[in-house]
Amino acid sequence: MVELLLPKNSKVKNGKNFKSKGNNKNRKKFLIYRYDPDSNDNPRVDNYDLDISNSGPMVLDALISIKNKLDPTLTFRRSCREGVCGSCAMNIDGTNTLACTKYISDVKGPIKVYPLPHMPVIKDLVPDLKGIYKQYNSIEPWLKTKTANNEDRERIQSPKDREDLDGLYECIMCFCCSTSCPSYWWNGDKYLGPAVLLQAWRWIADSRDEASEERLEKLQDSFKLYRCHTIMNCTKTCPKGLNPAKAISNIKKKILARN
Amino acid sequence: MYRKSYNIIEHNYDVVVVGAGGAGLRATLGLVENDLSVACLTKVYPTRSHTVAAQGGISAALGNMSEDSWKWHMYDTVKGSDWLGDQDAIEYMCREAIPAVVELEHYGVPFSRTTEGKIYQRPFGGMTTEFGDGPPANRTCSAADRTGHAILHTLYQQSLKNKAEFFIEYFALDLIMDEKDGCQGVVAWSLEDGNLHKFNAKKVILATGGYGRVYFSATSAHTCTGDGNAMALRAGVPLQDMEFVQFHPTGIYGAGCLITEGTRGEGGYLTNSEGERFMERYAPNAKDLASRDVVARSMTVEINDGRGVGKERDHIFLHLNHLDPNVISKRLPGIAETAKIFAGVDVNKEPIPVIPTCHYNMGGIPAKFTGEVVTNTDGINDTVVPNLYAIGEAACVSVHGANRLGSNSLLDLVVFGRSVAHHIGKEMKKSGKSILSKKGSEEKALDRFDSLRYSKGDVMPAKLRLDMQKTMQNHCAVFRTGEGLEKGSKKMDEIYENFSNVKITDKSLIWNTDLLETMELENLIQQAVVTVKSAENRKESRGAHARDDFRDRNDEDWLFHTLAWLKNKNIKLGARPVTLRAMSNEVQSFPPKARVY
Repeated sequence: MVELLLPKNSKVKNGKNFKSKGNNKNRKKFLIYRYDPDSNDNPRVDNYDLDISNSGPMVLDALISIKNKLDPTLTFRRSCREGVCGSCAMNIDGTNTLACTKYISDVKGPIKVYPLPHMPVIKDLVPDLKGIYKQYNSIEPWLKTKTANNEDRERIQSPKDREDLDGLYECIMCFCCSTSCPSYWWNGDKYLGPAVLLQAWRWIADSRDEASEERLEKLQDSFKLYRCHTIMNCTKTCPKGLNPAKAISNIKKKILARN
Repeated sequence: MYRKSYNIIEHNYDVVVVGAGGAGLRATLGLVENDLSVACLTKVYPTRSHTVAAQGGISAALGNMSEDSWKWHMYDTVKGSDWLGDQDAIEYMCREAIPAVVELEHYGVPFSRTTEGKIYQRPFGGMTTEFGDGPPANRTCSAADRTGHAILHTLYQQSLKNKAEFFIEYFALDLIMDEKDGCQGVVAWSLEDGNLHKFNAKKVILATGGYGRVYFSATSAHTCTGDGNAMALRAGVPLQDMEFVQFHPTGIYGAGCLITEGTRGEGGYLTNSEGERFMERYAPNAKDLASRDVVARSMTVEINDGRGVGKERDHIFLHLNHLDPNVISKRLPGIAETAKIFAGVDVNKEPIPVIPTCHYNMGGIPAKFTGEVVTNTDGINDTVVPNLYAIGEAACVSVHGANRLGSNSLLDLVVFGRSVAHHIGKEMKKSGKSILSKKGSEEKALDRFDSLRYSKGDVMPAKLRLDMQKTMQNHCAVFRTGEGLEKGSKKMDEIYENFSNVKITDKSLIWNTDLLETMELENLIQQAVVTVKSAENRKESRGAHARDDFRDRNDEDWLFHTLAWLKNKNIKLGARPVTLRAMSNEVQSFPPKARVY
């Protein structure tokens, strides 16, 4: 018989309760996924009742408040706090996004905070991204040219050709998109996923790059590329407003035109 | 003292680079190209380093849009530095800017383009032509307003191409120093599995960035904690010119997020509560494109004189609403997004509320243009600290002197990342030096780590951090007074003392960010103490260091670099001469004169 239940240790239990002092009415509840790699315990969801009157407006501000005042063991990645470094990607209120640009006030009721879905968890809200970074490396994300550079001058690129990179080069590699994709959940070991494919298209679209053929050849693979079933979660969730689904469809069209 | 025993994993490399921002990556790349074995240690995945947040651009006198010369760039940089910059290093940077930026384009940086397809260049504060007599220069090469992002990603991609070895999410604890042989390596902590590592190396490069987080309001990322500076201090190396802290005129009021100077380069301007473009009064020629220190001070004076905007009259407006919407969507899309999210402002319709916000540290580890770290004990002669290098914001070369010009920072990263790789490449070919690994040389670092991990105090690190940030913000910001600095200095001493009572709640080793942030806090506190003492000591106003009680620059008594050593929680101050001579005969030197914009 096929076992259809999740393994026992993946069952998420109810965790501890924390509450800010005082009876200020400006409070918000946060239900946060916790996993401690040092114990054999199952993951749990801790319940934080936070006074947000002195906290900034974003979910990241609240997480930092919790860490500073209620529970210093709460663990998450963060750096720029302005939506450009991609560190604090997580699942907030059911959607993958950046904690630093997500308003607390945008969520009604308690805010559920989980790590990016379907990735191995190292601790609390810190997912293991090594696999996806490896996939990024696999597309050889660098400029490949055959014609020699003029040592003294830049390559010439028309503003129109440069425009083709808009909406692509801005990707911050937060992987909100890839980890929102059911196809990536299922075949994440072989399917490259939207984030990496957007990067692949970024180089194919660059008028300076002279390795499009080679790049397309490598992508023409039933798993790497064609596990995309245009579900569009990627585009819907991208916190930078980019359109990975379109990039993927551009690759598919280019391959079609080539064959 | 009882200490837990740790299993240490040893590594041997020719060179260890600490930090993977613009400088660290450019160095790593150059070293790998020289066939050296290199380990690049970084506490965040490389593309998350704070270089990613640089917006406006990178300066280089390419002359793509109007006539330009690296000599004019050099003059502007010397003037911007209020003559505290070392002119030999400034010449090197401005001259090398051109090949360094062309090389970036060849690496694949998606620069914006002119109609001819060349790299697009915009005006920036303090960047002029004809040695200050001509019109503003179009010198700042940009990729829209995401230039740092574009450069950082490209450099990482090139490092991948060259198969550089990265140790990602490793936090460097301390340098391994030998009295005779200088730096011998680094001890680091891997967050992912909690292991401690000893990296033995022939050369160590610190590229750990600035320490903006000592202030309450900073454009800097949470991770900008100047870990390399503090490691140098603990290793007996002095820090230089730490009193010079740049406040960027346009941080978003409240959130502190950066709004690039490129907004003013593209035609934006500042107004006070009377709707007046007040910069015309303070800098009749350059106006809104005066140097950052000048603009930040003018804004602060306006606010202090009751002409601030908003309910509390405590900030200033930055207008872009008169600009062509195409300019905003093509040249400034990132800040339009940031202003929308963090200030709720549609820049096409409303002004952005801004306030001077801590942005950049001119000071850092004293280094030559080759990256070699130097010290100076007699006030005259430099001595090299063997095998230790510093580049980028962590270093004080000093190309920025008392005030950095906008878009000279990305340039600094790339030029000196490149030059340290050239220098070490040549050195290593000459000497067949082998790696030394002394047994037990990691003990000191482990003691510090362990005693902090098991500290039994009762002070929450977050409280201590807030105390430090408020103290520095109140006593050591845009304007300073002798009295304020004295108070600030005393308070910082108390905070430093209080750090020994800090409480660590999380005792684990894997991804223990409680301990990590507390180690970063110790680094910050040590730099804050150095900063406030250096500021208290310098009794003049120069560049970003503006004192109400000593309003003028005083070249007779103060035209030298401050050095500061940390010894048993006390600061010892010294001096190092400023180089007023250019490097070559191709350009004149620029003797000090009055600085008017």
